[in-house]
Amino acid sequence: MMSLDLSPIWLTLCLALTTTVLLMLIGTPIAWWLTKTTSPLRVPINAIVALPLVLPPTVLGFYLLLLMGPAGPIGRMTDFLGMERLSFTFFGLVVGSVIYSLPFVVHPIQNAFEAMGPGPMEAAATLRAGPIDRFFSVAVPLAKSGFFTAAVLGFAHTIGEFGVVLMIGGNIPGRTRVISVAIYDHVEALEYQQAHLLAGGMLLFSFIVLLIMYSRRRPMRLGI
Amino acid sequence: MKFIFMFLLLTLAPNSFADNVLVAVASNFKAPMEQISAQFSKKTGHKLLISFGSTGKFYTQIKNDAPFDVFLSADQDHPAKLAQNNLALKETQFTYAIGKLVLWSPDPKIVDNKGEVLLKGSYAHLALANPKLAPYGVAARETLSQFGLWEKLQARLVFGENITQSHQFVASGNADLGFVAYSQLIIPKKAIKGSFWLVPQKMYSPLKQDAILLIKGKNKIAPKEFLAFLKSESAKTIIKEYGYEEHTP
Repeated sequence: MMSLDLSPIWLTLCLALTTTVLLMLIGTPIAWWLTKTTSPLRVPINAIVALPLVLPPTVLGFYLLLLMGPAGPIGRMTDFLGMERLSFTFFGLVVGSVIYSLPFVVHPIQNAFEAMGPGPMEAAATLRAGPIDRFFSVAVPLAKSGFFTAAVLGFAHTIGEFGVVLMIGGNIPGRTRVISVAIYDHVEALEYQQAHLLAGGMLLFSFIVLLIMYSRRRPMRLGI
Repeated sequence: MKFIFMFLLLTLAPNSFADNVLVAVASNFKAPMEQISAQFSKKTGHKLLISFGSTGKFYTQIKNDAPFDVFLSADQDHPAKLAQNNLALKETQFTYAIGKLVLWSPDPKIVDNKGEVLLKGSYAHLALANPKLAPYGVAARETLSQFGLWEKLQARLVFGENITQSHQFVASGNADLGFVAYSQLIIPKKAIKGSFWLVPQKMYSPLKQDAILLIKGKNKIAPKEFLAFLKSESAKTIIKEYGYEEHTP
């Protein structure tokens, strides 16, 4: 008799959605600042944003666990505010995922802003559009495809997260047991049927996401 | 080129005199295993390449052709099942240690010596090893069931992938307390940090930990020498030092 617990699927979708929304809100100003600034901080901030691309998730998981614990600064802050500690909670996973997927959201937006060049914004300025108006009515629409790619990648990458969640999640059903952890559990316990269902679903889902993303990309035409 | 040659010579040289033994070891046995390994290498010249993890995980890996020669499980069932599947040699199975379960917190005030904190405590998270993968997790579940708490505590339980991870959840303070292996708390000749309750052995099925020779080690000498060493008095002394009970057949 095989029973498949579906709660990891909903949990993963919730986590990915929350993370993506937060990342769009956090990532857009970072991307804009990185495009426009002449500050000497530009280089180190760029490097920090890209760190999760190269770090093993275990490094992030290890430091997050220490930071969120009672002796860590995040743990002290949550204690001080009378909040629940972040480790082993859904919100803790959100924090981990936001850090983990940050470059996947910032980079496409940053690229789109950079590709736009200063021209359109200057033109809008001559028409006396204020900086905020200029940003929303010129920059955002022009960088539309960058935002789309950022959202898709941020969402998909969070769904595929494993190492960080395993280390700070505690594998709690309905709260921190996401699909990737559930698959790991099933495989380790030799429950291959359940593992197949979840793993096959992930494979199909990821393929469809990438299909959608690439189908929006026009083939480049050479002007011969 | 010269350097590459020298490097190869240096790295390969020891292997030409002794064999490597690949050993899969249940996480609770980490500390004694490291000492046993050092003594074994000193005595025989063989080198142990040790992987630590949960029993269930090793079972799956061995079923999927992992290259281990010897398996030190945290229970008796998994080695027996491997023998049934012709992946291990039945006649080599023996109990090398009997483990003990403890409820532990690094805070000296949290755990009382009757485990009543489980019923009364205002803890947010209680860590244990995943019962699906780790025998110590099963023992923890049995203990909680004895208190009638297994269902009630569901929302507060956090599961480590193996007993090391549960220990780490508690040691880092992310979980207030947790079930760990007694051996994990012991540093020989030092007092145990924090507060703990040694769970009475009648509250959970005995943690008889069995070792077995795997099929990959069948035709090698070093793995057999290691199993013999594990039964020796010097190994037994180390095992007892870490709080395990000796098995008397």
